[in-house]
Amino acid sequence: MAERRNADRRSADRRSPLAGFAARFETASAGGALRLAEIPFLTQLNLRVDAKSPAAERIGRALGTTLPVEPGSAVRSGDLTVLWLGPDEWLVLGPDEGEAEIGAGGAGLRDRLVEAAGSADGHVSVVDVSAQRTTLVLAGARARDVLAHGCALDLHPRVFGPGRCAQTLLARAQVVLVARETDEFWVLCRSSFAGYVAEWLLDAAAEYVT
Amino acid sequence: MLLIPCPWCGPRDEIEFHYGGQAHVAYPEDPAALSDEEWARYLFFRDNPKGRFAERWSHSAGCRRWFNVVRDTATNEIHAVYRIGEPRPVIA
Ligand SMILES: [Zn+2]
Repeated sequence: MAERRNADRRSADRRSPLAGFAARFETASAGGALRLAEIPFLTQLNLRVDAKSPAAERIGRALGTTLPVEPGSAVRSGDLTVLWLGPDEWLVLGPDEGEAEIGAGGAGLRDRLVEAAGSADGHVSVVDVSAQRTTLVLAGARARDVLAHGCALDLHPRVFGPGRCAQTLLARAQVVLVARETDEFWVLCRSSFAGYVAEWLLDAAAEYVT
Repeated sequence: MLLIPCPWCGPRDEIEFHYGGQAHVAYPEDPAALSDEEWARYLFFRDNPKGRFAERWSHSAGCRRWFNVVRDTATNEIHAVYRIGEPRPVIA
């Protein structure tokens, strides 16, 4: 019986929260004014540490960038992105590490950060929250207009250009918004209401994608 | 709708925040030493001024930090925001 359960677990495929939206995202992106797609399975680590501690410095070295301390700022280092979430809290985004890495120990991003945190002077936590949110990319000349339908933030490039991020509400749903490039945003939202956010974005985008 | 300036994130819509009641209500040094009446006073009694009131807010849909606001309860004008641990600013 136990053996059978294990076999079932092995054969279960990962399925991203928005896997069912791929075709509709493609249709909405076909006109060229807008690009909407899911970036599934990004590695996401919630990091909490005192920014001024030696542990933060070591973690910074492991990330290849010092932790951004300015509220709402995001820095990139290779294929990693570090988002400011709070004065002692960051979200580290990295590429999909596949199923094998999860909890395996060793070379994964989480393990590298845990090792860098060391046995710590002070409090440090590195928590894998990859399954908590999925990531949507919304790009193109009208991307800002689409977001403005349901987001009260000033999204003008002067205020919210590349290197900025914010935790806020989009259509009443809590999201992390990241300005990647001038006209490219990432929207990170909870897996459980990713479907709602996707439906809302498709609806808000309708007038731009005829 | 209030526009509340989070001391970390800047001005955000009221719907991103949760209200936390009167600020600077210290937890009693030695709760066990209090009489029932004193304990009830700590738990349930709060100021209710018409005018400036120091109160706690949490930026729950943003950076999730608690902070303090001096708000006029009659006009909703926000006179100051300051981080937890900072003294209540003196307002002319
Ligand atoms: Zn905030």
